[in-house]
Amino acid sequence: MRQIMEGSHAVAEAVRLCRPGVISAYPITPQTHIVERLAEMVANGECDADYITVESEFSALSSCLGASAAGSRTYSATTSQGLAFMFEVCFNVAGMRQPVIMSIANRAMGAPLSIWNDQQDSISLRDAGWFQLYAEDAQESMDLHFLAYRIAEDHRVLLPGFVCFDGFILSHTYEPVDVPPQDGIDAFLPPFKPFNVLDAKNPISMGMYATPDYYMEFRYQMDQAMDQAAKVMAEAGREFSERFGRDYGGLVEEYRLDDADVAFVAMGSVCGTVKDAIDEMRAAGVKAGLLKLRSFRPFPKADIRRALAGVAAVAVLEKNISIGSAMKGAAGPEVKDALYGTGINVYSYIIGLGGRDVRKKDIAAIAKAAAAQQGDMFYGLRTELV
Amino acid sequence: MVDKSLELFDCGHRACGGCGPALAGRLILKGAGENTIVVASTGCMEVFSTPYPETAWKVPWIHSLFQNAAAVASGVEASLKKQGKSEKVVCICGDGATFDIGILCISGAFERGHDITYICYDNEAYMNTGIQRSGATPYDASTTTSPAGKYSYGNKRPKKDMPAILAAHGAPYVATASIAYPADLMQKVERAVNTPGPCYLQIHAPCSTGWGFEGSKTVEMGKLAIQTGLWVNYEMVDGTVVKAKKVARKPVDEYLLPQKRFRHLFKPARNEEEIAKIQAIADANAERFGIDIKPKK
Repeated sequence: MRQIMEGSHAVAEAVRLCRPGVISAYPITPQTHIVERLAEMVANGECDADYITVESEFSALSSCLGASAAGSRTYSATTSQGLAFMFEVCFNVAGMRQPVIMSIANRAMGAPLSIWNDQQDSISLRDAGWFQLYAEDAQESMDLHFLAYRIAEDHRVLLPGFVCFDGFILSHTYEPVDVPPQDGIDAFLPPFKPFNVLDAKNPISMGMYATPDYYMEFRYQMDQAMDQAAKVMAEAGREFSERFGRDYGGLVEEYRLDDADVAFVAMGSVCGTVKDAIDEMRAAGVKAGLLKLRSFRPFPKADIRRALAGVAAVAVLEKNISIGSAMKGAAGPEVKDALYGTGINVYSYIIGLGGRDVRKKDIAAIAKAAAAQQGDMFYGLRTELV
Repeated sequence: MVDKSLELFDCGHRACGGCGPALAGRLILKGAGENTIVVASTGCMEVFSTPYPETAWKVPWIHSLFQNAAAVASGVEASLKKQGKSEKVVCICGDGATFDIGILCISGAFERGHDITYICYDNEAYMNTGIQRSGATPYDASTTTSPAGKYSYGNKRPKKDMPAILAAHGAPYVATASIAYPADLMQKVERAVNTPGPCYLQIHAPCSTGWGFEGSKTVEMGKLAIQTGLWVNYEMVDGTVVKAKKVARKPVDEYLLPQKRFRHLFKPARNEEEIAKIQAIADANAERFGIDIKPKK
């Protein structure tokens, strides 16, 4: 059923449809509308979950770990400082192979304190062993949750995942959203079947310590599982498309790339702006296109190499900064790696940090900079302040 | 009734000879029984009992991090409740994980009222990392981060009163116990796991390596702590002390003298002033809990 919904409420609706057994969350802007809405659903009996109102994000994710190990489908949501507070638990949940799903309403990291959007928070957790999906709009924010549980709980994968959507830009804006029916989601997402579970009838030990004789193989298997996540996402995406008519089959989405000279690579809500800017550029004779990364982990290296073959320049739009790195952004070097040996110029552009607006004219200006071989730079700086 | 013949903590683990916490683990499981899920913190017991791929635990056991056992247990309990399962959830954590780094998660879990039993095996310092002081380290104990020296008599502060902190959270049952009194310990575990709501148990578990005494004297050390009034075994129900073990108290010297961590109070000369302060702590305990057996006239 098509409804006008706030992005956060679309996410809450998706979570409800996934039938979590245990929800555990701590309030933080701009994530709060999701967990408030879920609390309301639990209070009204619309959502049959046990809702733990924890005293911190650290406990939010820790209690999800416990609930998952005891056999429940679990959910949490956070952002920015809250995610940073979970840093240690994130590595632990992934290492213990618990398929916890968490929504990240992407927000900048302090200092200075900023409640506004960029993607520094989730990008900073790229090595934690969680898959990371990024949504462009409210519909995708909703749908990626269905896919996320399917991927995470698949016994070939058993890794936790972030569903990232831009704070305020998506979390606090209203858009039309097609809400799938409960029976449709039940058919797509069967009840959680844990691989291992805490059970007095079959006692096992979970989370033991490993000496150098054993540790590396655990990490190797996690990396193998992340490769499987890409495969399962493709399969589940195809099935989702057959059932619901929206195609999330790939880790990437291509927009007007066929004959493009300049290709943008971007993640999240800015992709909408980029698509509009591309339409205008093309009308003015500039052959531009977009490769949207729907997944940052697993990183879609092969898709990037295939989709961007033949372009002259690639502009990676980064709502993050890896301070001190040569290209400045976190995605740029990986895109460059994917295109190694092709001779294509790849540049990072740091944009929209701390909620700074990114406009169509900015996108057009970045296309020009990339064509002129200028990049690995901030774009949109107020130079009078620095 | 506690089944004393039940062995759910297996032999073959890698604890030091005379390890108090290992004994605590074995007794805790006898008290808790088979229908138990253990949530552990990082620490001595976790490390010596679960070197992958071996485990000493014959009940379901989970370890996540140093400081989050109470939060993990909250999730386990919520999930069991949701699934209509009956296992008791028992945290077994060291004093560093309890008094210091984990207190946030414990406070949250107790305030929310989860049906869990949180057990601290208290060996009075960070033993796993090499005997550093914690909030549970007693006054004047020399540790690697509170060493006695020319300008120091060891740890500068007395033990934090964790049982009182958790009783103040409204915990229905809070108790202390000692590995030196196993029947009492097992009964208290049994009572805690069968009391609905969050319960707290603090178990005195002498560490021969960290405290510096012979591994054969662990139980003796536990007894001396009780007999000198430096450790009191008591029970609190709904915030009120209902029972405390009475003793004919011995001077604190008898507990302090055999332990290397207090040796600086006796060598090169007996430090009357500091020993008097420790005696005052024992006297205050005796007064607070009314543990003195009055000599018959």
